[in-house]
Amino acid sequence: MIKSHSDLEIISLEEKQNTAQYRHRVMCCNSTACLSAGAHGVREAFEASIKREGLEPQVQVVPVGCMGLCSQGPLVAVKSRLPNQETGGKTETLYHSVNPELAETICQEHLANGKAVEAQVLSPELPFFARQQRIVLANAGEINPERIEDYIARGGYQALLQALSTMTPLEVVESIEQSGLRGRGGGGYPTGKKWRMLHEAQAESKYVVANGDEGDPGAYMDRTIMEDDPHRIIEGMTIAAYATGAQQGYLYVRAEYPVAVRRLETAIRQAKRQGLLGNKILDKDFGFSLEVRIGAGAFVCGEETALLASIEGKRGQPVLRPPYPTQRGLWQSPTMINNVETFANISSIIQKGADWFRSIGTDSSKGSKVFALAGKLNHTGLIEVPLGITLRDIVEDMGGGVAKGRNLKAVQTGGPSGGCIPEAYLDTAIDYESLQHLGSIMGSGGFIVMDNDDSMVDIAKFFMEFCRDESCGKCLPCRAGTVQMYQLLDKISKSQASLDDLARLEDLCDMVKHTSLCGLGQTAPNPVLSTLQYFRQEYLDLMTDSPPQVADKAINYEALGEG
Amino acid sequence: MPINLNINEQNLKAQEGETLLTVARREGIPLPTLCFLEGLSVAGSCRLCLVEVEGSSKLQPACALKVTEGLSVKTATERLKRYRKMIVELLFAEGNHVCAVCVSNGNCELQDLAVQMGVDHIRFSYQFPERKVDLSHPLFGFDANRCVLCTRCVRACDEIEGAHTWDVAGRGQSAHIISDMAQPWGSATSCTSCSKCVAVCPVGALFGKGVSVAEMKHQPAVVDFLASARREQNWHKKEEQ
Ligand SMILES: Cc1cc2nc3c(=O)[nH]c(=O)nc-3n(C[C@H](O)[C@H](O)[C@H](O)COP(=O)(O)O)c2cc1C
Ligand code: SF4
Ligand code: SF4
Ligand code: SF4
Ligand code: FES
Repeated sequence: MIKSHSDLEIISLEEKQNTAQYRHRVMCCNSTACLSAGAHGVREAFEASIKREGLEPQVQVVPVGCMGLCSQGPLVAVKSRLPNQETGGKTETLYHSVNPELAETICQEHLANGKAVEAQVLSPELPFFARQQRIVLANAGEINPERIEDYIARGGYQALLQALSTMTPLEVVESIEQSGLRGRGGGGYPTGKKWRMLHEAQAESKYVVANGDEGDPGAYMDRTIMEDDPHRIIEGMTIAAYATGAQQGYLYVRAEYPVAVRRLETAIRQAKRQGLLGNKILDKDFGFSLEVRIGAGAFVCGEETALLASIEGKRGQPVLRPPYPTQRGLWQSPTMINNVETFANISSIIQKGADWFRSIGTDSSKGSKVFALAGKLNHTGLIEVPLGITLRDIVEDMGGGVAKGRNLKAVQTGGPSGGCIPEAYLDTAIDYESLQHLGSIMGSGGFIVMDNDDSMVDIAKFFMEFCRDESCGKCLPCRAGTVQMYQLLDKISKSQASLDDLARLEDLCDMVKHTSLCGLGQTAPNPVLSTLQYFRQEYLDLMTDSPPQVADKAINYEALGEG
Repeated sequence: MPINLNINEQNLKAQEGETLLTVARREGIPLPTLCFLEGLSVAGSCRLCLVEVEGSSKLQPACALKVTEGLSVKTATERLKRYRKMIVELLFAEGNHVCAVCVSNGNCELQDLAVQMGVDHIRFSYQFPERKVDLSHPLFGFDANRCVLCTRCVRACDEIEGAHTWDVAGRGQSAHIISDMAQPWGSATSCTSCSKCVAVCPVGALFGKGVSVAEMKHQPAVVDFLASARREQNWHKKEEQ
């Protein structure tokens, strides 16, 4: 049971000593992308050849979380206690595209003889890594997510101790308010404001809920945090509970994330055993318990009121707001929902202070954001960047630009609720407002780069199909509107549509956006609207009756003397 | 507490806590509704009663909007009329509404809405969904082809009768009404055959067996009577008092 600072220190020291016995620490990515690229076999190969070489007392093999550059996985990092001469005095070497044979070579050359296998080494100066600012992903790829000791050795649970022993709940709320942190679930609602609402709510029971539903196609920011650093989320939620007076919390994770579920459950068990969850946390007069709830994988269950219904065991569909969850949420009690990435920022804000957090980002949007880079880029994967970085920096510098001979066309952010930003606007500094101004949104962090081969109509159609399939069907505009909009887009993409159809599509977009009950329907037209705004000609080129043709016909009639 | 509000440039008084729809109806200001029914909880799902609220970019459903001091709304702008007409058109397009052979022809809220909105043709493509007809109940029938998913039956059965026979299953365009655990209505053991669901259905989806074309008249007011009678502990019909 951890009761004090010195208890945390003891665990941390033991863990550090434990690591220090080894000359090398081989960190094998154990995250979903690398696993599907064969990371499991790589780890086994390391273990086998280390055994064969008799290096067991000197080398520790650790499964760690995502190191980011998923397109070049499996990734393996070797951390050495002593800088080795051959690698220019570096203590850390990152290998890409590791297979079992390479693992053997690394073992024989690097681990046994201190000579890095240069051909496979990724430079840490690569902008993909160098330009990141890792706050919520600080531990991802560094620790074994299944060991609480690893987390504690990197300063984990210090923030909770600090909050509980030196701050009043109100001071915690104020500190989050001052930090300028905004919700990472898409909307960007000021987190401190939400916490204050729950703090001020008068009720016998209050709840905090972490939204780990992450239903956007292609998004895996939240999954990575949950899988690679589960204790960070637990610590953030526990601090939130202390600040707001909640006694119970739920982590809502979709069923498609079995690894995240398992790691969170393991982490909860460990935290309980150490007295970091349950009654009398850290021996203080404060109790909080936490449970994982598994969602059945409907996108709409990420919407907060649908999520709460789902936790209660009801059909996962949105209900009218107001009342807002902070007024009436789970089982009619005040409830606060934050995205898991939002919670993952909390411990760092408490430890390093609101001013430190405020110093990162833009005027309106502070801190960092995790994006999942995908599409036609040379480097794809997960990055955490300071807000205010430009789209172009991400695309051209970090992502390495589009493949040779191709032209960058647009960046899609915000997934099915977002929009396509054309190349001409890539110098925009990213924050919540600037992206919205361009007709897109920050969203949860999807970032898809498109080149000239990509048809904007097809992109719009893809996302509309997604929204149509994920509409809960409660309200008419979204239920029937997405069906019609999809059919019209399909017709356009097959060059079977007329200008009348396009007008109908635009009418529907306007109606569905403004009349739908929840965010799904309200944002479903966005991909269409933004592509129409910037790439209207692409739509027009597909019309069966584009204006010139109509004119031609008229002239022909006249020429035939029928006019 | 009495408060002041403004509907369509008209200054009015109302009680705090009332919904805008209640006030509008009392004042004789027309507002189309479909999912709303006096006596049942508010679903806010048909979106027909949306109004423009001054100072807010979001449209609000009048059936759920609680009036507050200084509230100023517009209920019949061109934009709202356009949206409402599209909603009604979409309702016709998504189901199979063949009025000429429907039991509720002439007594149908969907038809009434279409007339109010001046819908003379449907601009959207008909979906012709494949839907079921359930005639297994001894007294009533359910024709899903005509269902507009207003969930009035679900709420009436759950909230007024306490049987909770109906529920919604599926999502998006496949969302549909089921009885018990998606069993035929006739074998739904929870159903007490009270007929409340039939009374509240706005269209010809729920009907009494034996009625012919245009003979099915619904009695949606029954739930309001029951709800207020229970609240006030007075079961006399208002006219008889
Ligand atoms: C259709 C829909 C899907 C959503 N999905 C998610 C999601 O997967 N994860 C998430 O955190 N928020 C999602 N949201 C936003 C939540 O409703 C809510 O605003 C958010 O969890 C609040 O947390 P935050 O303030 O930390 O952003 C979704 C919203 C809508 C309308
Ligand atoms: S907007 Fe779509 S997802 Fe949201 S309540 Fe309406 S039908 Fe359901
Ligand atoms: S008849 Fe009564 S009990 Fe049966 S389904 Fe209808 S409302 Fe429910
Ligand atoms: S059966 Fe009738 S009352 Fe029930 S949801 Fe359908 S239209 Fe509404
Ligand atoms: S009557 Fe208000 S939303 Fe249906």
